[in-house]
Amino acid sequence: MKYAGKKLLTMFLTLFAVTLFVFLAFHVISGDPASSMLGTEATPARLEALREEMGLNDPVLVQYARWAGRFLTGDMGTSYSYRMPVSDMVTDKIPVTLTLTILAFFMMVLISIPLGIYTAKHAGGVIDRIIYIFNQIIMAFPPFFSGILITLLFGRIFKLFTPGGYISYEKNFWGFVGYLFFPALAIALPKAAMAVKLLRSSVIGEARLDYVRTAYSRGNRTNDVLYKHVLKNALIPVVTFLGMALTDMIAGSIIIEQVFSIPGLGRILLTSISNRDYPVVMAIIVCISLLVLVVNMIVDMIYGLIDPRISVE
Amino acid sequence: MKRKGLKSLLLVFVLTTLAIALSACSGDKEGENSSQITIGIPQDLEDSLDPHKAVAAGTKEVLFNLYEGLVKPASDGSFIPAVASAYEESEGGKVYTFTLRDGVKFHDGSTVTAEDVKFSLDKCADTSAGDPLVAAFSNIESVDIADEKTIVVTLKEANTEFLAYMTTAIIPASNENPDTNPIGTGPYKYVSRSPQENFVVEKFDEYWGEPAHIENVTFKICSNTDSLVMDLEGGSIDMFARVTASQAAELSDQFEVLEGTMNLVQALYLNNAEAPFDDVRVRQALCYAIDPDEIMMMVSDGKGTELGSSMFPAFSKYYMEELNDTYNQDLDKAKALLAEAGYPDGFSFTITVPSNYQPHIDTAQVLVEEFKAIGVNAEIQLIEWDSWLSDVYQGRQYQSTVVGVDASNLTGAALLQRFTSDAHNNFINYSNASYDEAFDKAIYSTDDAEKTKYYQECERILSEDAANVYIQDLPEFVAINKKYTGYEFYPLYVQDIAKLRLAEE
Repeated sequence: MKYAGKKLLTMFLTLFAVTLFVFLAFHVISGDPASSMLGTEATPARLEALREEMGLNDPVLVQYARWAGRFLTGDMGTSYSYRMPVSDMVTDKIPVTLTLTILAFFMMVLISIPLGIYTAKHAGGVIDRIIYIFNQIIMAFPPFFSGILITLLFGRIFKLFTPGGYISYEKNFWGFVGYLFFPALAIALPKAAMAVKLLRSSVIGEARLDYVRTAYSRGNRTNDVLYKHVLKNALIPVVTFLGMALTDMIAGSIIIEQVFSIPGLGRILLTSISNRDYPVVMAIIVCISLLVLVVNMIVDMIYGLIDPRISVE
Repeated sequence: MKRKGLKSLLLVFVLTTLAIALSACSGDKEGENSSQITIGIPQDLEDSLDPHKAVAAGTKEVLFNLYEGLVKPASDGSFIPAVASAYEESEGGKVYTFTLRDGVKFHDGSTVTAEDVKFSLDKCADTSAGDPLVAAFSNIESVDIADEKTIVVTLKEANTEFLAYMTTAIIPASNENPDTNPIGTGPYKYVSRSPQENFVVEKFDEYWGEPAHIENVTFKICSNTDSLVMDLEGGSIDMFARVTASQAAELSDQFEVLEGTMNLVQALYLNNAEAPFDDVRVRQALCYAIDPDEIMMMVSDGKGTELGSSMFPAFSKYYMEELNDTYNQDLDKAKALLAEAGYPDGFSFTITVPSNYQPHIDTAQVLVEEFKAIGVNAEIQLIEWDSWLSDVYQGRQYQSTVVGVDASNLTGAALLQRFTSDAHNNFINYSNASYDEAFDKAIYSTDDAEKTKYYQECERILSEDAANVYIQDLPEFVAINKKYTGYEFYPLYVQDIAKLRLAEE
């Protein structure tokens, strides 16, 4: 219980620091929401009246306190550019980014764990070597580049999907997931390559330890030793990596959304930054930070499940 | 046993993902029975949907299909009656009397009343937010309801061009959220939107005039303009209004590319208050240094229309082609002028360019090369559109910038007023007493020929004074799938979707 309290407190402090930092950053860059809203039709008098109405003339910290106060009561405010409640915009877009991230995560796990075990088991073999080379190449790809390649290969040459033909999840859920398949693959591939490499070396490292020899000497077959003993220990560094990769994927999906024209949180975030629409930016930043924090917490708990010697207390 | 369960679970998962991926290929081709079109737009309507508050050109060109004023612009630049069926101008342009058309319906089904008209006009003339929403409305003395079908607008000063401002949208007084719930009288009505995804409208069945041809229209946001050709060819959009010359060349024969003009004045706008551009000789030297044809060649395969002043050819009455020759490229003259102004070895300056619009960036790059020939070093600084608005346009903290200035309505004032000394949007800090005088005479003149004469006088002054380095009216390439036809260009920045129809009809 004490642990949970401590965790919650650090989470809260992290969120506070992140939001304050973002808020201050907005006041350093030029351009303000009022001039953005009035555009080329602004007159000094109209700008002044609008700034006053929006409370932009108050000191930064007062503005921050006002925003934070409202946010804590569940009021995310109204978007300056879309004039609609921020909560509507965010809840509309979270499923998109979340589906993309989760899909990518599952792909990464599905690709990396079997391949990692296989290459470790057959270390030094021909297939291991081929996979090793591919791994090295794919690992060097940033997601946006693998995204462009996938668009070219599967979109233009094999015509397996229509580039830019995003389908809304409200209209056709399976079509939506289908469109996200390739973007998710673009995010998952480089990470999967790293996970394969990590798992392979982790398994091989474990296999050299004494307990493995003991296990063999008790008459176990290779597969039993591998799955019942080695894998459990070898997975711990991999889980750490998968957790880190998941948080990284949330960030990666923001970039991939641009490449595949997916209207998710990332797209909204980028346009809102350029519109100085900070109620939206703040809300999305809070969402993403929360996601990252929650994922980290889950990873901590999974450690305990895999290896009872590691206790969260 | 346990492991087998896990394995089959994995297998099921892999198979489902594959199945999904494959099913996606036979994507979304529903709704073919009723006519529909998907139009790509480069940015979302990140703006109020209230026609009086919307400021972005990209928002207004879409809202054009939803709203109408008492009159509306036609594609030939004239005005046709819309919510009003007739109008009359009296007392030399001081009083305008409008007769409302019978049975014009708003999208919510209610009938347009004189009260709605008065509400809309009063709203735009209201000064409680600093200045009126429509600047020209500060000239309105009163808006009166003579009877339930007649509205009388009385001006403080006679203005024969005032009809152009009566295109201001008429909205129902009863709408509480015009910002997010657009209700107008136009041929299309709002259905739904999803930020950064799309903006959907459908045909308004009770429209008073010639109904739209296409039932459902989706404006799809294509912010990644690099992939436009792919989007068009792949069928995710049917039309895009502003493709580049090279994109147009890449399109297959499934598409028709129509060429028009953007109707804007692209120039290297100079901050006339800042050295060295406070010296007319320096400004003229820059004008002599450039060759608009070369710029057009580099930027858009030679397409475009050369300009010599702040007026583009769509305003056929005011446009003066002869001003294109005020400065023809002459490097010796340019160098001589620079030497005379005290810069025999040239100077360095910065061109600030909004980063969201490639043709302007390309133009700036050609300019930099051209200025090198007279020893002037220009450096390009790219900034975000919002920083441009606040630093350059409102703050006027810049040396020079390449942008296109468009006309918000069909009056000469729309382009020329900004260069009067005290105009709030005079972002180049231009100040010239004889210009102010000529402009005043143009606006207050009630005789059309005289008005034209003074507007042209204004253009001539801008040109001779080299207020800016005028370049061109950019070409506009509209790519449209051959399934559709009927696209019309306007002298304004609008997309009239109601004119589009299916080709086989």
